[in-house]
Order: sequence, then structure tokens, then C-alpha cells
Amino acid sequence: MSEAVASPTPLLEFRGINTHYGAVHILKDVDLAIYPGELVCLLGGNASGKSTTLKTLLGMVTPTTGEVVLDGEVVNDKPTSYRVERGVTMVPENRRLFKRLTVKENLELGAYLRNDDGVESDLERIYEMFPRVKERLNQKSGTLSGGEQQMVAVGRALMANPRVLLMDEPSMGLAPALVQTNFELIQQIHEEGVAIFMVEQNANMALSIADRGWVLQTGRVVLDDSAEALLANPELRASYLGDGNR
Amino acid sequence: MSETMNTDEAGVLAPARGAFDQDWRKLVNWGLICALALIFVSLTDMPDKLDKRVIVEPLLSMGYLSLIWIPVALGNFVTREVVLEGMTQHKKGLRELVAGVSVGAIGGAGLALLIWLLDTRDLSDPLVNWNDALLEVLSFGEGVGYGAIFWILASAGLGLAGGAFHLLSAIANRLLLAIALTIVLTASLESALDDISEGFQLEWLFEALFEKKGGLSVQGAIILAVFAIAWVLVLGGQAKRGRAAVTARRELSPTKVNTVGLVLIAVAAVVLPMFLGRLTNDLFTNVGLFLLLALGLNIVVGLAGILDLGYVAFFAVGGYTAAIMTSPSSPGLSPELPWWVAIFVVVFMAIVAGLFIGAPVIRMRGDYLAIVTLGFGEIIRLTVRSDWASGFTGGAQGILSIPGADIVGVATVKGTDPQQVLYLVIGFVAIAIYVSWRLENSRIGRAWMAVREDESVAEAMGINTVNSKLQAFVVGAILASFSGAIFAAKVGSVFESSFKILVSIVILVIVIVGGMGRIAGVAAGALVLVGILGGPNQPGLLAEFSEFKLLIYGALLIWMMLKRPEGLIPNVRRSRELHQDEFLQDAWLKAQANDDDDEAASGEVAPA
Repeated sequence: MSEAVASPTPLLEFRGINTHYGAVHILKDVDLAIYPGELVCLLGGNASGKSTTLKTLLGMVTPTTGEVVLDGEVVNDKPTSYRVERGVTMVPENRRLFKRLTVKENLELGAYLRNDDGVESDLERIYEMFPRVKERLNQKSGTLSGGEQQMVAVGRALMANPRVLLMDEPSMGLAPALVQTNFELIQQIHEEGVAIFMVEQNANMALSIADRGWVLQTGRVVLDDSAEALLANPELRASYLGDGNR
Repeated sequence: MSETMNTDEAGVLAPARGAFDQDWRKLVNWGLICALALIFVSLTDMPDKLDKRVIVEPLLSMGYLSLIWIPVALGNFVTREVVLEGMTQHKKGLRELVAGVSVGAIGGAGLALLIWLLDTRDLSDPLVNWNDALLEVLSFGEGVGYGAIFWILASAGLGLAGGAFHLLSAIANRLLLAIALTIVLTASLESALDDISEGFQLEWLFEALFEKKGGLSVQGAIILAVFAIAWVLVLGGQAKRGRAAVTARRELSPTKVNTVGLVLIAVAAVVLPMFLGRLTNDLFTNVGLFLLLALGLNIVVGLAGILDLGYVAFFAVGGYTAAIMTSPSSPGLSPELPWWVAIFVVVFMAIVAGLFIGAPVIRMRGDYLAIVTLGFGEIIRLTVRSDWASGFTGGAQGILSIPGADIVGVATVKGTDPQQVLYLVIGFVAIAIYVSWRLENSRIGRAWMAVREDESVAEAMGINTVNSKLQAFVVGAILASFSGAIFAAKVGSVFESSFKILVSIVILVIVIVGGMGRIAGVAAGALVLVGILGGPNQPGLLAEFSEFKLLIYGALLIWMMLKRPEGLIPNVRRSRELHQDEFLQDAWLKAQANDDDDEAASGEVAPA
């Protein structure tokens, strides 16, 4: 990585990752590094391998070659639960709440692997952060509006007490007015010291809050730079950002 | 015509429509449905087979009841309207009656046609019930012409009655329904009531209601009708209020247990078997055995969302293990352990079987999983029957002379004493209910529900989905094996034919009809299906119905899926979810309308 960052050891790292679905080659020699407390984003079009990157980070897809490194330890053959316990948590695409369970049950499931005493106080923290969620604790999460579901999804992920939050297309399927609020929320979480790895199609918005970014094209990292540089990159502007300001 | 109309709901009713202002196409459709239903029921031979089961002597038998409810119901449905906000509601009047009569008459004409065909054609080749006995019952032995005209008129009259329900006030409707249900239910429960009344020294009451040769007496029917009216008028309101209170409380704290109810049930479970006769005790034992199975399947399907269609396999494992361990005549291995020791072996074998079947199956999802489990269910049974295993299982000869269940220091429960077996079953059901309830509200229960809802997200939360599904499978297997072990001790023998796929299906129907994921619902399902209609090989209260059991199971299942997918005793939350489309759409439309207004307003005001 060319970036100079505060902490020397990355929290989560890809070293020459290749993944395959059957014979199909998805990720090709991907190198990534997420440092503690960073806000970074991964951009890319459809079928560029964004979701596979997330699944590989979380251990739901095993790479064919290369190393996934968590806190300096190679975790290729460690299960998802091992990584979740060590602070890697995902907010899935389209929120994917447990729709028939209540809001409270969803939040509790976020803390499934925790058995420390902090769970109750973390619940309180989530209620403070999202007063709307507290009002609807015993409601089935499937009956919430899109914006509220996003709050619960983020809350559920925060309940795992993460050090890095993997967000899969956080603005997908949200009303335009909510997209802005959502990015503000992401920044707020970031300011509390949680590293954020965001996969987005909304490149403009994502880069405006991110420190760094990568651009993924058909499984290969084609651009790797600071957010400002990427925003200014003419190639990227042409292919992802439309003609500048949308 | 408008004098006779329903003035119950005062307010903004539009005047009644003309008697012939009908949707004729709809009428004919419903009429044809009525005709087809009547012909279908006739050809299942219900009218003939159930004629001997009298409801009110000498007026009505189950056989005729199986026909006459059809025109009444359809004559009512044809003019039933779903009333939504903003729809014009007309007063009810002659129009509803005309519709009812027409539907009934078309239906009766269909039946008349069948009578004529029965007389002139012989279609007994594909239709096994196409015979003179059916003709005899349908035409009352008075000839084709009489039968045909009778049914057209009777059916039209019944359709008229069905339509007339729309004109009656709500309370009158409720009264009539209560009377009909009370009479039919009491008559259906005749044999059980006979049995129970002996235990409670209430023979005098039984004799007051029922004729000696079977069926309610006219006098008995009148007593019941008066009772039903009193019930509705005096107690109806209170019961409703009580239920509303319970529902409200359950919504507030869904996991809180109703202590009073629990104590009452516990007392009843201890005391009741003493007063019940052989027949009812045996009946409840069968209900209990299936309840045990259904509680297990409820964990697998209802909580963990694994659609296991071969669940009978674990019932078989329990039954055969108990048989081999306890019976002196089991071929091959015959340790002749006492039953209470054997039960530990049973649990062990259930765990082994659960892991053995579960491990390969659990990695599949949805339809694939269902089909593979279906296969495993049969594989276990066929293995038991095969030459390879018959050295241990007796093959088609089964294992005989299984001694009763010997409970150390307490008693030996013999199959010949249904009361003892019932106590044994109640004990195990109590354990199963407690385990289900504790698991449901535990960490592992929550993991199961998460896996059921969304497996990959559950995995992303750090839940080991394979393990938790296997755990559900094994817990389900253990509960089923208990049922199998008691079954073996009760019957005294096991044969592979007791473990056919039909058992799996019946258990699944119990879980679905009762209300998936809810213990009380599963209990209600077992009581209704196994208790009243009967299990796959066990007679229920309506022994005469055993031939039509599967037909009724199927009809009930379809009806439940369409009208009450949440089951008989629903989970409050789940019921709201299943019906939420209806009011969510409403809410959405309203919100939409508001938004449009807001936007329009703000759009105009904003520039200023």
C-alpha cells in the first residue's frame, strides 16, 4: 500500500487473494489493507467482485490462493465466528434483517457471540443513537420502513462491538433523502473509532467521506489511491461518476 | 322487500338492490361449485357410510349432514362481500335470498343429475362408490323422480337459508351457529362422552341427551340448543373479553407464562385420567404420542426451519431400539433390559441417527432438503425390513412380546392398562413441553430462528449454522424416539408398517394446522387431528370417519393455508405478519396520499 497511515499493522489485510466459484475466477491477485480507525471504500460496477471481497474478508468464501490476515494472523481457515469474535462485522446488502423476529431479537442476535457484561450498556447506546429503534423494540423488524431497517441493521452490527464494520452497499434501496442521512451515520460511527470498509456503487458520495479507496474491475484492483485523488481521476469520473456532479 | 332487512348496523347503508339485480355469472359459478361439491361428496360415499352415525334421532345423520351443509354454506358465501372502507354498502334484502336459492337449486340439480345417472348408467368401474346403496340413500328408497325433485327443492331451501343469514342480525347469526355447532359437536363426541360420563357418575345426563341406540334424542337436542343460547347470551361476552385480555397481555410480554392456566392444565393432567374410561384414556394416549412427535418436529420445522419430511425415521428408531432392548423374543440381540434403562439406549440411538441423517442433509436447503429427508425416512423403514437387518429387527415379522414400560421404583406400565400408559405419556409430554419452551427462549433457540430467517446473515453474525441445525435435528430426534419407545411398550410389538411415510405427513399436518412454532398450537392440532379424526393407524373419536380421514386432513390443510395460515392457535406475532399485507397496503396507500399532499403543498410554498 502506498498510503502512509497512522498505525503500522493493518487490522485486516488481503495478500494476493484469488477466489474461484467453481471454475470462474472472481478475485484476481487482490491486495487490500484496512488500518484501525480508517474509513475506506471499494468501488466497482456489477460483477466486479465487491461482494466476494466482503465474503472473503468475513470467511464465508475461502480464497484459492493468497492470505487473509487479521491482526497479523493468517485466518484463511478460521470460521466466520472466529473473525466476528475479533471485531469484524458485516452490515449485509439490503439490510437483510431477520424479518419475522422483533427489533430487540435482531439486536441481541448481533451480540450472539459476546458473553461480556457490555451487552446491556451497548443496547442502551444503540437506543440513544436511534431513539426510533427503541420505540419499536417489540415490533417485527420486517414491518419497519427502509430507513428504520437500516438503523436496526447498523445497530445489530454495532452490537457485536466491532473494530471494523464491513458495509455492503449501505445506500442501496434507500430513498435519496435517506442516503445522505445514512452517510452521516457512517461518519458518526467512524468518528467513534470504528474502522469502516464500505462497498459502494454511489462513488461520489462514498469518496466524499472516505479516506482512501480502491476501484475493482472484473476482479482486479485497477485503482488504489486517496479519496481526493480518486475523485479527481478523469478515468474514474468518466466510468463511475458520470460527468462529474450528479 | 325492504321491510325484512337487517337494521342491526345503523348508519349509511345504501338501499337494498333489486331482487334480480344479480351478478348472474357469479351465481352460476357458485351454483356449479355447489353441484360439484355435492356430487363429489356423494361419490366419496360419505352419505352412505356415515348414515349409520346419527346426530339427532331420527331426523339427521352424519351422512346427510355431509351433504346439507354445502348448499347452506355456498348460498351464504355467494353474496358475502368484503367490506372495505369507502365501498358502498347496500342493505340486505330479497337479492341475497334469490342468490341463495339459485345457488342451492343449481347444486340440487347437479345432485338430481347424479341420481338419474346412478340409475341409468353404470360407472362403477372407475368410481368404486357408484352403486345402488348410494342411490338408495340419495333417493330415500322412493325412486329416482322423488329423489331428484326432493334434492332440487331441499337444496334450494337450504341455499335460501344460507342467504337468509345475511338478513339476520349478528347476534341471531351467532346463536344459530352456536346451536348447530353444539349439537353436531356433542353428537360427534358421543362415544367419548359415554365413556367420560361413566367416570364422573353422570350417566343420567348422558341418558337425558342421547338415545339408547345412538344419536341425540330430540329432547337432548333441544336441551343443547337452550344451553348454547344461554352460553352465547350470558357467557359469550365474558369469554370474548377474557380472550381479548389474554391476547393483549401476550402481546405485551410474549414469553410470560400464564401461571393459572398452567396449574389448571397440570391438575387436569393428573386428575382427569382417573375419571376417564378405557376408550378415552387410549384416545388421549394416542394424542399424547403424536403430540410428542409434533413437539419434536415443531423444533425442527417451526424453530429451525428445516423441512423434514422423513421425521418418522426417528419414531422408528425409538420404537425398534426399545423393542430390541426390552423384548425377550427379539432376534439377534436381546439384552432384555428394563424399559427405564432401555430409554437411555434409545436416546443414544436417536442422537446417533440424528447425526447420521442430519450431517449429510443439513448442508442442503429448501426443496432439496425436504426431498432428501423424505428419502431417508423410507430408507430407515426399508432397512429395518431388509434381510440384512432382519436378524435384529425381525424384518416383516416385527418384534413381539415387548414387556410394559418398567419405571424403576414406581410402577410397571402395561399396554393393557391405558390409564397407566396415559400417565407415562403425560410425563414425557410435560418434559417435551418444558424443553421446547426453554429452548425457544434460549440463546440456541434464537440462533435457530436466525438460521430459519436468513441463513447467510446468521452465519455473518457468527452463528455456526451447521451446528445449530444439527442440534435442532438431534433434539427433534430425541423427542420422536421417546414417542417411539412408549409406542412400543404400549402396543407390545413393533412392525415396520407402523412407520410409513404417512406418519411423517400426519405429524407435519399437525404442526401446520396447529400453528407452526407454537406449543399450544401444536397441542391443539394433535387434539383435533389425532383425537377427533384419528392418527394414521389409530382410531379417533369419529371412528366412522377413518375412511375419509385423509380427505379431511387434506381439505383442512388447504383451507388453513388459504384462510388461516397462522394455524389454529397462532403465534400473535406471526399471525400479524401473515395478515399484515392487508393493512400494510392500507397504511401505505394512506401514507402515499399524505406524502403527495405534503409534496404538492411544499412544492408550492417552497419558493416563497
